[in-house]
Amino acid sequence: MSTVFIAFQTNEDTRPIIESILADNPHAVLDEQPAMVKINAEGSLVIKRESIEERIGRDFDLQELQVNLITLSGNMDEDDDQLTLAWKN
Amino acid sequence: MDMKATKKKLGLKEKYAHMTRGLGWDTTYQPMDKVFPQAAFEGIKIHDWDKWEDPFRLTMDAYWKYQAEKERKLYAVLDAFAQNNGHLGITDARYLNAVKLFLTGISPLEYVAHRGFAAAGRNFPGVGPRVACLMQSIDEVRHAQTQIHALSNYNKFYEGFHAGATHQIERVWYLSVPKSFFDDAFSAGPFEWMIAIGFSFEYVLTNLLFVPFMSGAAYNGDMATVTFGFSAQSDEARHMTLGLECIKFMLEQDPDNLPIVQKWIDKWAWRGIRVLTLVGMMMDYMLPKRVMSWKEAWEIYFEQNGGALFNDLAKYGIKVPECITQCTVDKEHISHQAWATFYQYAHASDFHTWLPNDEEMDWLSAKYPNTFDKYYRPRFTQWREMADKGERFYNNTLPMLCQVCQIPMVFTEPDDPTKICYRESEYQGEKYHTCSDGCKHIFDDEPEKYIQAWLPVHQIYQGNCFPEGTDPTVEGFDPMLKVLEWYHIENGKDNMDYEGSGDQANFAAWRGMATQNT
Ligand SMILES: [Fe+2]
Ligand SMILES: [Fe+2]
Repeated sequence: MSTVFIAFQTNEDTRPIIESILADNPHAVLDEQPAMVKINAEGSLVIKRESIEERIGRDFDLQELQVNLITLSGNMDEDDDQLTLAWKN
Repeated sequence: MDMKATKKKLGLKEKYAHMTRGLGWDTTYQPMDKVFPQAAFEGIKIHDWDKWEDPFRLTMDAYWKYQAEKERKLYAVLDAFAQNNGHLGITDARYLNAVKLFLTGISPLEYVAHRGFAAAGRNFPGVGPRVACLMQSIDEVRHAQTQIHALSNYNKFYEGFHAGATHQIERVWYLSVPKSFFDDAFSAGPFEWMIAIGFSFEYVLTNLLFVPFMSGAAYNGDMATVTFGFSAQSDEARHMTLGLECIKFMLEQDPDNLPIVQKWIDKWAWRGIRVLTLVGMMMDYMLPKRVMSWKEAWEIYFEQNGGALFNDLAKYGIKVPECITQCTVDKEHISHQAWATFYQYAHASDFHTWLPNDEEMDWLSAKYPNTFDKYYRPRFTQWREMADKGERFYNNTLPMLCQVCQIPMVFTEPDDPTKICYRESEYQGEKYHTCSDGCKHIFDDEPEKYIQAWLPVHQIYQGNCFPEGTDPTVEGFDPMLKVLEWYHIENGKDNMDYEGSGDQANFAAWRGMATQNT
């Protein structure tokens, strides 16, 4: 299986986002680099709006992710509730 | 950030449908094929533009909102950087030479990307890609502008930044490498542009350019570069998905598209990898504090990540680019060969060079156990001995350039790292030289395009690279000095060794002032 990843800037906006992703994807692996946090996962990765909202205590629009996003890999699909990255092989 | 997420009247998918597809119409005063004359000549067959899917489903209202937030963050940091003498926080002023290379070699590409995506948006009959290309076009001009703004802070204090992002890109020998890459893409049709820049550059190679560069900047205390870099990079995920969507769309629309797309992938993977030689050299030689070696970055971002991508595309019949065998050999050589070249031609460059010190050479040996000690350490050691005797080696012969990638012929044969590699083609009775099988292949496929290349060395020899009014027949004429003048490189200031440079002396003096009261 192939690895997908997503990377964010290291800052206070992304801390709860990273926490949510790690909680929702037990198979994901955290890779901390200078000024950047990268999350690698075999096959697929899901980011859930609700999990982020629980942690930040306000409504969250998944498109806000774009402000701190650095890079990603995998086929992406996004709707109002979740964003998934996957390699379908 | 404390943004308010507004309660939505429409779901993301519905809103995207209304605000992109819903805005398009077919022309009636003129037939569609006359309005979109570039949509067909490349041979790509599209039957239904509505099948295009933009995974980010971004609409203009959301676009402006998030881009404005990015700009606010960026300029707040740039102000703080300027107000607090942020330039003294970097590890060593030697580091700034990587930034000079970025400003003169990469920022101008952002501007060309802006123009290219505007043109692609104009030329695609489909509404989905048109809107996505429009957004990317605006992103790219933002990248060019924010990079110039951020780096102008360094121009107040250091050499080599004054010619900025416009003058040198059209003139200087090594900058013709990135320039010709984009010129090649921009002078192709809209579909090839998308494979060249949208797919190969943005999807396959962008991580190798931006991630190591920005992590390197962060590691070396360069807050200005990290900030514009990450701000630009935050648009990149959207560009990558556009590139990937575009290739899948072409392949799903018609089986006849496969061989055309495969040819472009092969071509643009190789073209891009050649340009990235400059990044490899930056990572291995120019960062005082190193993040990872070029070889390691290559293995993570090209071999593993690119491997996953090509596995995914295999279902359409796409194969891994044919240059991959050579790349696997090259990853252990190109950064050393490139830095050795710049060291020899430091008098003709807009940044300073130096020889790696003992500790740096040991790091290189550890990272390149198969090649560094065997082929490159002896060369650097020899040059150091010469420099210590006051015979610093400069190469005063201009090198032959590859007709395609425009890099001097400095790379070696894939099966013999002691032998310079070059290939020869004939076209209309003239001989043309390329640096590799990859570049020869590209030349032979479209010779009528590449014989028009503006090759800096040829142009110097033809007398086209002197300031206006230069008389080469006067007594004591020094062509090199005149070329530097035309480049806007100040001899003795912007060029040659870092050791003994104004940058080195000033940085030491200013840093001293920042930490002491005298
Ligand atoms: Fe860009
Ligand atoms: Fe070449």
